[in-house]
Amino acid sequence: MAAVRFTVNGTGVEVTDLHPTTTLLQYLRVHRRLTGTKEGCAEGDCGACTVVVGEWLDGRLRWRAVNACILFLPTLHGKAVLTVEGLADESQPLHPVQQAFVDHHAAQCGFCTPGFVMALVAHRLDPENGAHLATEDVIAGNLCRCTGYRPILDAAADAEPGGLEPAPPPALPDNDPMPDYHAAGGRFRMPRSGDELAACLEETPDATVLAGGTDIGLWVTKALRELDDLVWLGACTDLRRIEATHDGLRIGAAVRLHDVHPVLAEHWPELGELLRRFASMQIRQAATLLGNVLNASPIGDGSPAFLALGASLVLRKGERRRTVPLDAFFLAYRKTALEPGEFAEALVLPWPTDGQLFKAMKVSKRFDQDISAVMGAFRLTLADGLVQDVSLAFGGLAAIPKRSPSAEAALVGHALDEAAIEAACAGFRQDFQPIDDVRATAAYRLEAGQNLLRRLFLEVTKPADAPRILDLEIAA
Amino acid sequence: MTRLQAVAAPLPHDSAELHVTGRARYVDDLPEPHDCLHAAVGQSTRAHARIVRMDLSRVAAAPGVVAVLTGADFPGLNQIGPVLLDEPALAQHSVDYHGQAVFAVAATTYELARRAVTLAEIVYEDLPAAIHLEDALAANLDLLPPYEMRRGDPEPALVRCAHQLEGSFRLGGQDHFYLEGQIALAIPGEDGGMDVHASTQHPTEVQHVVARCLGEIDAKVRVECRRMGGGFGGKETQANQIAAIAAVLARKTGRAVKFRLDRDVDMTLTGKRHDFRIDYRVGFDDEGRIEAITFDQAARGGCSADLTGAIADRAMFHADNAYFFPRVRIRSRRLKTHTVSNTAFRGFGGPQGMLGIEEVVDEIARHLGRDPLDVRRANFYGAAPRNLTPYHMEVEDFVLPELMDELEQSSGYRQRRAAIEAWNETSPILKRGIALTPVKFGISFTTSHLNQAGALIQLYTDGSVLLNHGGTEMGQGLYVKVQQIVAEELQIPTSLIRITAADTSKVPNTSPTAASSGTDMNGMAAQAAARTLKERLIAFAAEKHGVPPHLIVFQDGAILLGERRMSLRELAKEAWMARVQLSATGYYATPKIHYDRDQARGRPFYYFAYGAACCEAVIDTLTGENRILRADLLHDVGRSVNPAIDRGQVEGGFVQGLGWLTTEELWWTKEGALASHAPSTYKIPCASDLPRDFRVSIWERGRNQERSVHRSKAVGEPPLMLAIAAFQAIKDAIAQAAPGKGSPRLDAPATPERVLFSVKELRGRAAALDLARAAE
Repeated sequence: MAAVRFTVNGTGVEVTDLHPTTTLLQYLRVHRRLTGTKEGCAEGDCGACTVVVGEWLDGRLRWRAVNACILFLPTLHGKAVLTVEGLADESQPLHPVQQAFVDHHAAQCGFCTPGFVMALVAHRLDPENGAHLATEDVIAGNLCRCTGYRPILDAAADAEPGGLEPAPPPALPDNDPMPDYHAAGGRFRMPRSGDELAACLEETPDATVLAGGTDIGLWVTKALRELDDLVWLGACTDLRRIEATHDGLRIGAAVRLHDVHPVLAEHWPELGELLRRFASMQIRQAATLLGNVLNASPIGDGSPAFLALGASLVLRKGERRRTVPLDAFFLAYRKTALEPGEFAEALVLPWPTDGQLFKAMKVSKRFDQDISAVMGAFRLTLADGLVQDVSLAFGGLAAIPKRSPSAEAALVGHALDEAAIEAACAGFRQDFQPIDDVRATAAYRLEAGQNLLRRLFLEVTKPADAPRILDLEIAA
Repeated sequence: MTRLQAVAAPLPHDSAELHVTGRARYVDDLPEPHDCLHAAVGQSTRAHARIVRMDLSRVAAAPGVVAVLTGADFPGLNQIGPVLLDEPALAQHSVDYHGQAVFAVAATTYELARRAVTLAEIVYEDLPAAIHLEDALAANLDLLPPYEMRRGDPEPALVRCAHQLEGSFRLGGQDHFYLEGQIALAIPGEDGGMDVHASTQHPTEVQHVVARCLGEIDAKVRVECRRMGGGFGGKETQANQIAAIAAVLARKTGRAVKFRLDRDVDMTLTGKRHDFRIDYRVGFDDEGRIEAITFDQAARGGCSADLTGAIADRAMFHADNAYFFPRVRIRSRRLKTHTVSNTAFRGFGGPQGMLGIEEVVDEIARHLGRDPLDVRRANFYGAAPRNLTPYHMEVEDFVLPELMDELEQSSGYRQRRAAIEAWNETSPILKRGIALTPVKFGISFTTSHLNQAGALIQLYTDGSVLLNHGGTEMGQGLYVKVQQIVAEELQIPTSLIRITAADTSKVPNTSPTAASSGTDMNGMAAQAAARTLKERLIAFAAEKHGVPPHLIVFQDGAILLGERRMSLRELAKEAWMARVQLSATGYYATPKIHYDRDQARGRPFYYFAYGAACCEAVIDTLTGENRILRADLLHDVGRSVNPAIDRGQVEGGFVQGLGWLTTEELWWTKEGALASHAPSTYKIPCASDLPRDFRVSIWERGRNQERSVHRSKAVGEPPLMLAIAAFQAIKDAIAQAAPGKGSPRLDAPATPERVLFSVKELRGRAAALDLARAAE
């Protein structure tokens, strides 16, 4: 394949000579001199680079806000990019969102403004972006240092309907061979199925498997790593499926966090709230749920929850498939059971059983778009007043996301009372030797981790005593 | 016909449409000159070390690299310090902090420059390093001499007071996190000239530093800044180094050089708000009225002086906040650490000093079991002799009693405090708290000579006006406010007044846009320029049309000459034909101010800005998580030049202060590396951190009793300190986790960790006390 083809503000473009890890932001600013899209952090955490990307997905046209700073150019093949320059040219009236920003004094220095505008435009363009969401959730991935956000929230609330209807991307022909982009010493393959992906990895087991790229993007923009052989699973249509199976909910490797959010929230409301606070809209629109598990971060939000819920991974290498329970998957810091050339096809989340309680508690310095200092996820089944089955998983306490076997042992077979919880806390203290770092001290992680167990006890036995801080609404 | 009302109108920011369309140009958006190179710096990996050997051969040979620069290669001085020559642009011989720039490269692309600097081989020999304030205190490492303010003799008086308290607490620094990182574009010109586009609050200082580094006269360097993507003090001196490196590389290569810091380099290379330790002793009566007080403030200056002297001074100037001290001694130490040199940040030491006294007043109230608001009021400045500050300035414009009355009523403070205490009895895990605190902030640079400004106004023969002044635009709305002032003066619509970039070749020898003084000073200078021009035109028209000057009026887009009426365009054309000069300069020097630093005595401030905030917080006693549920702000901006812009400053300042005191935590490793150097690790407030119930008012009765421009008041910095109410509300919530059992110990910022351990410590102390009582 000679070129990556997509549209920018409705105009078709072809990229033939740029290294595949060139980011969309670099392309826009440097190569096309479209400077309305800004770089604030180059790590997907500030939203100044937010653009809207349109794509055909299973016959539906989807528009998503994404961070251009960590988006590799070839992943745009066959898509439409809308930047702030595409909203209204100098001869046209402002887009309603832009006009509302002017009317509400929602820009001071203006550097973050195009990113906010595009995040809000994306939200309006596509009902699947969650029309019910609070504006705070839609813009949790956009930082403003000047305004304090009040005028931005007002502008979002007051913007008139209407505005641009961007042209959809041209559909790609179905019968092309697998796109295989080579440029500037880099290769980027885009298998369209799990079978093609398996074949790619059999051929080059050391290739980097790329999903949403919200972590791998930083290897390039922050660590300056040179990635010359990438296989992207985002075009594998069969890996995009979310299936209700007998064993549980089967979530394909290419399923993005945003797309799986509604179904998770339906079956596990606590996962819904966890995902609401998970990174930001822009990240959830790009990142896959499996990517969050597979990168094996000790502070990822997903893994403790999936560990507690007894999830397993379906791994595939060539034609061989195996199922690995998640608690056997993480081996050591950033080391997993994944073999070279092997990839994860899906995560299977067992269905909740009758009477099963599940709680997910994330503690971070900032509520939204932060990484947890401590995360606790607890699954519990009581029978006849006794703990029949329990799984207590934690993030931020060890080199891997990890269950606390001693704490679990202290609860199983006991009544859920203060004595049992204190015994579980003692078990917890045996199981973890956390470290001090930028997010919290070891002492805090231990203290707060135990208190999450105490909160679990209160929420189960005396829920009125221990509402969550984010649930508290005080009447004006 | 009525007068055109430009002043006091809530006009949008002059660049609002450019902002929302992405057409506003920041330095990185300017078209790059042909063959433009991109710079990057290699940074120290040690906190304090001798450079034994530096091999840059692999750097020089890296793809795309055109030039490598070390401190030894500077044609002039390798010095960027604004006050003292104690800070090199590129470290030579030794490094003084982890992240310090050691060498620079210019390469054909930004990416290649960043890659190249990773290839250096540098051998260090470690030297003892003081990372934290405590290390510097233990090692007695003073960056600058200590300083003292005193009135009366507090030490002997303290021991005679009915009540005495002493304590010590720490408050953290803050990264500016302007969304646009530091950047400069240097374009070499002929005959030693250098044009620099810099994102800077202080173009004149960038000009001086670039000239110094190039070894050229100032007149050969021109610095321009149309706008910054945020500044907050972080681009007052910190832009010097960026511009200097770009300019020296441009000189060396003969090509334009752009130097843009990516976020991690920006956060590790450039300075932050000073963190402080504050120790106090206070004596007071049964009402909580302070009789004698001593403060020992210790500021972490970092590796060089930068502006630490003036910042630490301002912390002392605000150690009183709104309160009269009959006897007071404030001592300040400015300590050297092997960390990045701390610098200006909105409030400039004021927030630190003010948090200190608010903490003390709160402690007094808790000691006496009184409502902190009552103790605050009992200590307010009042009529003479209770109107003297620790630096012997009389407080003449103290409006806080009225303003606080209004806020106390409108916020429902008393009823809510009672309701909160009742609610807390029913809530074992979540606890709420409330606080209402005042702000009194001194307006003027305490370095008196900086209180001057210049402006230039040019009238063209089509009646349009070009406006230039020394102020810079960082989003605060200075440019539109000055435009409004000129529009009011000339009685023409703002659309006829072209705002232009700050430019050292148009208005020279400017002061930084800092100290909240932008509108006060540049507005006055521009008004003076407009008046000069107007008077010249009136004199001309009087003679030409035979109308007495007092009958010639500029009004609503026209000039009325008695019965006759003409447009500015006609008058400009006539004046030009008659060879009358159509450009004018204006100048302003703030009156009344003086300060004798040796005696620590004088009137450093032209006036004070006031405000107050009432905040309600909730904490989770299991995790320490906390939120501000409601905030009521009431702020005095005098008579506002632009109420929409001013409200934006009040809200934005408050939220920035909220970040400083809650989620924003700077964290260094044992080796002295800053680990919180990107938004993934350093958490400024996001939209959901805004209090759900947020009520902001500009004080309607506000009026500056000094003759400031249109009787307005400075608004950039003061509202940041309204967030102290949020911190005190969190502290109040902690106290309510063990009611009646003493006062919590809480350092800032109030992260979940600090709040949780504060709750634990307070409850532990309470339990020990109960045990001891039971034993008795």
